[in-house]
Amino acid sequence: MWQYLVKRIISLIPLLLVVSFVVFMFIHIIPGDPARLLAGKEATVEEVEMARQSLGLDKPLYEQYFVYLKGLLSGDLGYSIKSGAPVSKLIGDRILPTLGLTFLSILWALIVGILLGIISAVFRNRWPDHLGMFTAVSGISLPNFWVGLVLIQLFSVQLGIFPTGGADGWKSYIMPSFALGAGIMAMIARFTRSSLVDSMKQDYIRMGRAKGLGSGSIVFGHALKNSLIPVVTVAGLQFGFLLGGSVVVETVFSFPGLGTLLIDSIQFRDYPVVQAEILLFAVQFILVNLLIDIVYSFLNPKIRYE
Amino acid sequence: MSSLQSKSMEVEQIKIKEPGRFQQFWRSFHRKKPAVISFYFVLLLFVIMIIGPFITPYDAAEPDYNSLLETPSLTHFFGTDEYGRDILSRIIAGAKISLSVSVSAVSLGAIIGTMLGLISGFIGKWVDKLIMRGCDVLFAFPDLILAIGIVAILGPGLKNVVIAVAFFSIPSFARIVRGATLEVKEMLFVEAAESIGAGRMRIMLKHIFPETLPTIIVYFTMNVGTAILAAASLSFLGLGAEPSSPDWGAMLSVSRDYIGTAFHLVFFPGLIIFLTVLAFNLLGDGLREMLDPKMKD
Repeated sequence: MWQYLVKRIISLIPLLLVVSFVVFMFIHIIPGDPARLLAGKEATVEEVEMARQSLGLDKPLYEQYFVYLKGLLSGDLGYSIKSGAPVSKLIGDRILPTLGLTFLSILWALIVGILLGIISAVFRNRWPDHLGMFTAVSGISLPNFWVGLVLIQLFSVQLGIFPTGGADGWKSYIMPSFALGAGIMAMIARFTRSSLVDSMKQDYIRMGRAKGLGSGSIVFGHALKNSLIPVVTVAGLQFGFLLGGSVVVETVFSFPGLGTLLIDSIQFRDYPVVQAEILLFAVQFILVNLLIDIVYSFLNPKIRYE
Repeated sequence: MSSLQSKSMEVEQIKIKEPGRFQQFWRSFHRKKPAVISFYFVLLLFVIMIIGPFITPYDAAEPDYNSLLETPSLTHFFGTDEYGRDILSRIIAGAKISLSVSVSAVSLGAIIGTMLGLISGFIGKWVDKLIMRGCDVLFAFPDLILAIGIVAILGPGLKNVVIAVAFFSIPSFARIVRGATLEVKEMLFVEAAESIGAGRMRIMLKHIFPETLPTIIVYFTMNVGTAILAAASLSFLGLGAEPSSPDWGAMLSVSRDYIGTAFHLVFFPGLIIFLTVLAFNLLGDGLREMLDPKMKD
């Protein structure tokens, strides 16, 4: 097990290095002179030169990258153009609400998605299945920002149950997490169904039936356990969808998280913040997939020996 | 001789009775109700995209200050917006933007991804490794985050949305086509083509590519739905279409300010995005079951 873990983590290092290099290049690909951008529109030639030197932009590219990498490893993500504050502090202030939101979204998506998948698989090709799968395909097709706006109209404007936005108290997390999780819930439901349908065709299930086990015991006691292994992987892969979606949903609910920070920074052309955030999203995504791989290898030992 | 003749006549008769591949496909496709309805809906959208400007009940861009924020009625089926413009007319005019952006983005992604996938699967060795590692790097970024990053570099606008959305479609097409290529490569007819001295390019394009086409078609259809959502999201965030244009995502972005006072401004553009994406997804599902049974979950 430990051997597999170490191998898996080491194999990520080249990917992380390339990803960090791609994000590092971000500031160099932007049209125009980054030093001028960072120094401001009204800066004099000397000020631009000073900005260039302070940012190390006058040094060769590979040297700049090593400095950037060294900064990353020590938690230095540069400074915001807009506020002058360290980017790490800006991100630190916003990361908890976003993590809370994504956690809640994936939690309800897993619970409802798996339940919907079980119902569909048990009632395969009958109306509960058709209804369940239609709900799932609709969930995948719904624009999350529209779901958010409809929820605001219904539960904030009409009924006054939940606040329209912000992140004060648990109530303000309910609607954004619903809007964010709907798509993943749908994917999980579809995958649980097909995985469970496959499991139900296996010999050990037929054996169970022959022994006279009830449907409930067959589904929950035997088939479901094996069907959930691939569902874990899907949930992990969809995490990226959740990270992207959080940017949109946070904008709808004016939620003070990483997503709104990203959009504000793009509008202000606060590139150090944009750069750091994109790297953070990618690293989060890579690490979650690593975690899923590890969980998967626990659940399915065959993987470790491949 | 005579028996041979009668046999060949029999074969001919059978040939006449048997419907063509397309007819067979069409018949079994018509048994899948959700996919058929979706197909006609998508077809209708493309017709609207072409003849849209001739059938809009009102001018989509012309303000009418006598009918601001009117709720849906018989004169304005979907109501009017903050400038008194007819929302139905704007949705019809917007079909052209939303569809052309998403279809061209996925086409661009599909062409580049397919080429990379073919090369990767067919040539193998270090070329394969290089292309697949490149895809891994793109996969490391969540789709929408990658698109947002690209638009942040290139600047807002529809052209850049096309590039951004195409970019995140590339690795998935490359991976899927590579997989299909690896399978087809082992088949006897490819070996036969190689043995008669056909060049690599010819084998890739004339023999392997047509075999991977069903997979590409299925994946293309499903990706258009994703692309519409992504493009609408970018416009909603203010990174895509001009806020004044009738793009569906941009319409929703502007309408946020009127939530609580004029909900129809929010409701109809969102509904049409939902229905369009749903249609592409259901159509993709139907095609997948027919063309590529292996891809079925």
